Amino acid sequence: MMKRDDCFEILARHVTEDDIVVAIYSSAFDWITIRRSPLNYIFTGAMGLGASHALGLAIGRPDRRVIVLDGDGSLLMNLGCLVTVASVAPPNLYHFVSVNGTYEANGGHPIPGKGVVDFRGFAASAGYPNTFAFSDLHTFEKDIGSVLALTGPVFTALDVVQGKPPVLDYEIMHGDKTREDFQAALNAT
Amino acid sequence: MTDTLIRNDAALRGSSIIAAIKSAGINIVLSVPDIFTSKGLLFPIADDKELRLIRVCKEDEAVGITAGLYFCGQRAISLVQSTGLLDSLNAMRAMGLEYKQPICMMVGLLGKEPDLKPRESKRVGVNIIEPVLDAMGITHHLLETEADVAKIKPAIDAAYKKPEPLVLLIGRRPDAS
Repeated sequence: MMKRDDCFEILARHVTEDDIVVAIYSSAFDWITIRRSPLNYIFTGAMGLGASHALGLAIGRPDRRVIVLDGDGSLLMNLGCLVTVASVAPPNLYHFVSVNGTYEANGGHPIPGKGVVDFRGFAASAGYPNTFAFSDLHTFEKDIGSVLALTGPVFTALDVVQGKPPVLDYEIMHGDKTREDFQAALNAT
Repeated sequence: MTDTLIRNDAALRGSSIIAAIKSAGINIVLSVPDIFTSKGLLFPIADDKELRLIRVCKEDEAVGITAGLYFCGQRAISLVQSTGLLDSLNAMRAMGLEYKQPICMMVGLLGKEPDLKPRESKRVGVNIIEPVLDAMGITHHLLETEADVAKIKPAIDAAYKKPEPLVLLIGRRPDAS
């Protein structure tokens, strides 16, 4: 089993300064600890809408890669977004889902269908042309570069457990400054 | 003058609404179909070469997509039914109110009686809409005649200038003309 922060450490090596990273709740707290950037879009507001925000960004800025770090509980709230993303088929959208089987930010309760639900299967059935699932860190490290080199939309399920407990800084997540910094960085290039 | 008045009191036309949203810089429409606006507005939008229609599976997806587009400098509007608005309220709360984003929606009031104001409707799904929006502090306008179309561009421009969410309530079925 992989630790989520270990996966993100590896992923961060492949993220460029032009990439937008849409990260959801627990994944967001892990990600901003590993890779601070004004182009971290961590303010998705309501659960379940990470891929939707990313789709808007991918349409609006086709010159950039948009990488989504979703959660399994969040995605379960809005599975239809997989169909919408696949229908629009943005070539610059890369959708990662950390599958840890729990609502980590809400007390660690299990998600419905824990251990049964096939998130990669959902994405493939929805029409994502390229889907992957990783449960071994070395394999992930070896293959992630080629995954990110594919034309999107690409879906990747990461079978993970929580690593080091992240700092839950909700002011950074919800504060006006984070959005203002994101807007300024996006406008700058 | 008389001709103008007659024309402005005339039935709401889909083409007028489309022209108005275009004049406000909207180039993307996000929608879940609504039988109330299907023929008069959604089909014409789907046929319009200057608008990009994105069909979403559930209405709150449109809120997230609109937010992402807003950061990229693109204006979008959703076309949904009042039931879809109610289903999207948490997303509107988060993105529209807490994050102060111009989430704009056109909402068909399916079942509204033509001779009654929305609050006077006998249907719960209609008569609660304006009170709910008022409780949330969301700006809204009612579109029922051609004269009301003049509200659209200023309302959208104001929503983007402030920024704040906006709901345009469509109280009568638009004509497909």
